[in-house]
Amino acid sequence: MTDGLRQSMSSLHTWGGLLVGWILYFIFLTGTLGYFDTEIDRWMRPELPLRSSAISAEETVERGLIRLNDVAPAAERWRVELAHRGNDTGAHISWRTGRARDGAPGVFGYEPLEEAGTAARRTGGGQLLYQMHYRLHYLDENDAAWIVGFCAMSMLVTILSGVICHKRIFRDFFTFRPRKGARSWLDAHNVLGVLALPFHIMITYSGLVFFMFMYMPYVLDEVYRLDETSQLRFFDNAYPSEPEYPRRSGAQAPLAPIEPILLASAAHGGQLVAVAIHNPGDATARIVVTRAPNTVRSAPQRLTYDGVTGEPIEAPGAAPAAQSAYDALIGLHEGLFAGPFLRWLYFVSGLMGSGMIATGLVLWTVKRGSRQTSGSCVHAVGRLNAVTIIGLPIGIAAYFWANRLLPVDFEHRATWEAHTLFGSWAFTLIHAVMRPVKRAWIELPAVASALFFLLPLINALTTDRHLGVTLPHDGLPGDWALAGFDLTALAVGLIFGATAWYLRVRQGHALSETESASLPVMRPRVKVLR
Amino acid sequence: MQRLRQLATILGTPAQLIASRVVAAILGGYIFASIVALLLARILPVPAADALMVALLMSFLLYALAVLWVFAARTASLAWLGLALPALLFGVTAWAIGR
Repeated sequence: MTDGLRQSMSSLHTWGGLLVGWILYFIFLTGTLGYFDTEIDRWMRPELPLRSSAISAEETVERGLIRLNDVAPAAERWRVELAHRGNDTGAHISWRTGRARDGAPGVFGYEPLEEAGTAARRTGGGQLLYQMHYRLHYLDENDAAWIVGFCAMSMLVTILSGVICHKRIFRDFFTFRPRKGARSWLDAHNVLGVLALPFHIMITYSGLVFFMFMYMPYVLDEVYRLDETSQLRFFDNAYPSEPEYPRRSGAQAPLAPIEPILLASAAHGGQLVAVAIHNPGDATARIVVTRAPNTVRSAPQRLTYDGVTGEPIEAPGAAPAAQSAYDALIGLHEGLFAGPFLRWLYFVSGLMGSGMIATGLVLWTVKRGSRQTSGSCVHAVGRLNAVTIIGLPIGIAAYFWANRLLPVDFEHRATWEAHTLFGSWAFTLIHAVMRPVKRAWIELPAVASALFFLLPLINALTTDRHLGVTLPHDGLPGDWALAGFDLTALAVGLIFGATAWYLRVRQGHALSETESASLPVMRPRVKVLR
Repeated sequence: MQRLRQLATILGTPAQLIASRVVAAILGGYIFASIVALLLARILPVPAADALMVALLMSFLLYALAVLWVFAARTASLAWLGLALPALLFGVTAWAIGR
């Protein structure tokens, strides 16, 4: 490899990364929180019953069906949806009377399955937090997708050029030299980047694939230019819609008992998420059991049973290979198939990605800050770095505080939770502009530490879902979704506290010694692209 | 030296040349990737819907490689040339097959 190539790749890596680094950090961090969206949802709805006192999924389905038989005996379709990842409204029943196909508008009904009085507070929850990583919250959905796409494409290029310009990728994997200024930041950047490199590439590429029909419209247009019906056929093949169910025959027939069907469906693996019944009470009844994906293919499994005999009805065949590849990439990105251990691995990998971006941004200023000629541009980047890297977690902590402190009956509380996130983030920008950069780097982590560390306390003061209740006690099993949230907040608080303390001590050192002795100056490598 | 300066005024200042590469990377790379994806969608020996899917899945890799090429090329003109010629060739082929 020539030096020229390495240097041009290095420039591309540096400037391409800097340009989109701040938005990418936002995308990575909020996206990473999405791997625990259900747990965050649960924590943000403290009115829901504790898991240890909750009834089983099968029991909930049976209760739901009994209730449906009472409220809508003549419905076209019944559905019992359980609380699960991706369902932000909690367990509920819904029904439809009248057929949309016949031109009649159809009447829809909905009822939460939680007991009366436990209706949860209005909140954006973990869902809103996770959606921010591709909707960017205040922007139009399409605009956001294009911005995120541009950033993801830059990320892909930055990763590839980073790998190319890297001299000793495997040696650096085992290298960390602390307290060496720019060298240490470079080592940290390398370790975070290389250790989770497959994850970074996978998550970036599969993120692009999510919107590929939108990003690459010309190919689709051109291939199907002559024939619009085949374009429709493509989407029909790619995204099969719900199959048609037989029409009501009018002959009455009792519904098969649901318990053996749920037992039989368990053999297909995955978690039970919903049960739908078409034409209940009719001879043509169909029972459709939906189970969460238990493989990386993202689509949930729909298992159809005859509603009278309870016999399984043949499922549609496997998707073609290209479709499977697409599904696999989407499934890998969402990680819905992952069990607790793998989900933590996703979470940690996502944090490493955020850390890689953060260290890369810091490295840009550290390298230039150690030069004699560092100007206002470097200081501006340094401030923006502090505001992004530490300010965003502060905003997220404020989002959780708002969930506990805004009045429960405040109508727009979900909206204002989000406003609190971005408002306090904007506040950190004012702070960083008013204060010297080095002070901001100590004070912002200290604020973040306090906000996260006090979160379990605020939770205990405002709800009865605190650690004293959610951890296992008096022989009762714990509610780990809730306890895990509080414990994670404590850990994050400790980490930010340690960061603030470490930076304070180190800056004290740096002031007492000469600048050049504590920060070895990196020889600037400049190459003007012709 | 005089000659080098003359050459520079013809080709553009360093800032202009970098801007030229950025445009080549973002816009040129996108068009290049779209054209190669279109060709792949037409020539892959699998059913049409599958070929399109594979082509679109590949398109981001093609785009990334095109961007890397633009910045790896020795000069900005070479960067443009290295995108435009293959794009023209693949584009004409794809057009001829699609007629």
